[in-house]
Amino acid sequence: MKKILKAKGFKMLTALVLTYIIIQVLVSTNIINDYMQATLVTIFINIILAVSLNLITGYTGQFSLGHAGFMSIGAYTCALITARIPTTWGFILGVLAAAIVASIAGYLVGLPTLRLRGDYLAIATLGMSEIIRIIFINMDDITNGAAGLLTKRFVNWTWLFIFTVITVYFISNFLKSTHGRACISIREDETASEAVGINTTKYKVMAFTIGSFFAGIAGALYASYFYVIKPDIFNFNKSVNILVIVVFGGLGSLSGSVVSAIVLALVSSFLQAFSDVQMILYSLLLIIIMIFKPGGLLGSRELSIAMLGDWRAFIGEKFKALRSRKEKKTTAKEDLDNDPVENK
Amino acid sequence: MDQLLQQIINGISLGSIYALIALGYTMVYGIIKLINFAHCDVYMIGAYIGFVCITSLKLGLIPALLIAMAICTILGVLIERIAYRPLRNATRIAVLITAIGVSLLLENGMILIASPQVRVYPQIDGLLAKSFDIGRITINMKQVLILATTIILMILLQFIVKRTRIGKAMRAVSLDTEAAQLMGINVDTTISFTFAIGSALAGAAGVLVGVYYNSINPLMGLLPGLKAFVAAVFGGIGIIPGAMLGGYFIGMVETMVAGYGGSMFRDAVVFAILIFILIVKPTGLLGKNVREKV
Repeated sequence: MKKILKAKGFKMLTALVLTYIIIQVLVSTNIINDYMQATLVTIFINIILAVSLNLITGYTGQFSLGHAGFMSIGAYTCALITARIPTTWGFILGVLAAAIVASIAGYLVGLPTLRLRGDYLAIATLGMSEIIRIIFINMDDITNGAAGLLTKRFVNWTWLFIFTVITVYFISNFLKSTHGRACISIREDETASEAVGINTTKYKVMAFTIGSFFAGIAGALYASYFYVIKPDIFNFNKSVNILVIVVFGGLGSLSGSVVSAIVLALVSSFLQAFSDVQMILYSLLLIIIMIFKPGGLLGSRELSIAMLGDWRAFIGEKFKALRSRKEKKTTAKEDLDNDPVENK
Repeated sequence: MDQLLQQIINGISLGSIYALIALGYTMVYGIIKLINFAHCDVYMIGAYIGFVCITSLKLGLIPALLIAMAICTILGVLIERIAYRPLRNATRIAVLITAIGVSLLLENGMILIASPQVRVYPQIDGLLAKSFDIGRITINMKQVLILATTIILMILLQFIVKRTRIGKAMRAVSLDTEAAQLMGINVDTTISFTFAIGSALAGAAGVLVGVYYNSINPLMGLLPGLKAFVAAVFGGIGIIPGAMLGGYFIGMVETMVAGYGGSMFRDAVVFAILIFILIVKPTGLLGKNVREKV
């Protein structure tokens, strides 16, 4: 019994149940109203998207700009199925089908394009997601073209919470497995990992397929909660937004993605109050954060209790460094004054 | 046959514009390996400056073009100085996100200043309003203007890159930044200069698009920007003649697809070409394969 209580998984479970209860209480006492619930749902969907993209971009090091494309495949699959079978079981079937169809698409897209590296891959995935969007616009009979589809709302935030937990749990466990380690080794050095016998193409495609699997789930949940989907929701900007969440949280940090999905959603719902300059502030924030903290909030570390202590030490160090830098600057200036020729 | 020729002429006009934008992408990518997402918004701002010059300041087309190019030059250099230079040693993805941030900032800044509505370029009369027929093909004077301007600018660019000291520096930096630095080339100045030239060309493209298509809006840069980038990749990114070739090819393909009934799919075709090229020859048509060294 004691062992169970001490196990890391148990602590995690308690934390999750507590989080759930707290949110449930807030919702039922109406402190979280309908508008805020929509934000809550957006946060969950963004967490799923960001964590799955982080697997591709942050851990495997394959730069993808087409995540919204796979999300849209999931969204349309689920919406079309729930339109035929409008029950909860239909919804569950829809989510499963969405995930499978999206992962098949991911596999098919990934197999040829993942031979490309870096920016070329980014552009190829961007092109792919644009093609998917244009196909959806032009399949009038099935997708109702640019006007989009209407479905019913099938899920409340509890469903989203469950799916988010499953996603994060699955991906973090995947990363601890042999396959996950292989993916990380590709990020660190593709040539070296190939030299020690890792089938890099296989693992890159695997990461890409799993990533699109969960993107499909996120799309399905989006369609089932917000009940309006149209191709323009899943454009280039959507892909960029997901990437921003991942980079902001830190490439290669799952908890970073979770934290940044929450922070960015809160920031943008706070900025709603200044709606005409909202996007300007958002983009300024983005530039400033990238200039001063290019590694993202957490870098490639994970959030833990021990980290809070580290942060305090880190901030102290920064202060010291700043002070010493100032001193150095003044001495450097003096040097310059004394000996201008040498410094030239 | 007539229709084919007519489409080719339309394709050349569109292709000139893509080529002008693609040059900026390709030069910047060649020198700092950054997909400069803000580039397409510099093009949009060029179009707006041209609009202000022609409507409010009552200037002619050529002065408007020159002023737009000058202001875009300053804008490009400023963007590089403020947003990209602090990140010179950061990871490439961080710089890319910054570029996206700058792009959003310019778009939304323009929406705030000029409102999101579509503006209509004034009809230009006189010589430019005329068109002449050869057989059954109509050639518009605007098309002649676009082609002429593009050719002049490209000759100028070739001259700068191939014959001047700063052009030599640009080529050296794009070949090997560190070695260039060791040879005493001021890398920062060279990069700024690259941004300046690229932005000037984008500004010119903006004004020409305004004159040709008559309507401009703050988000007009997005799709042409992506397509121009496709053009740059098509010809081999980092290679200046490649960008020109790619621009004309993409423009031609797009008008052909649109002209022969597939207008809904013309964007998809462009991206499909991109993916095909990337898979078959990732370095582009004119690119050379560089072996990776360990």
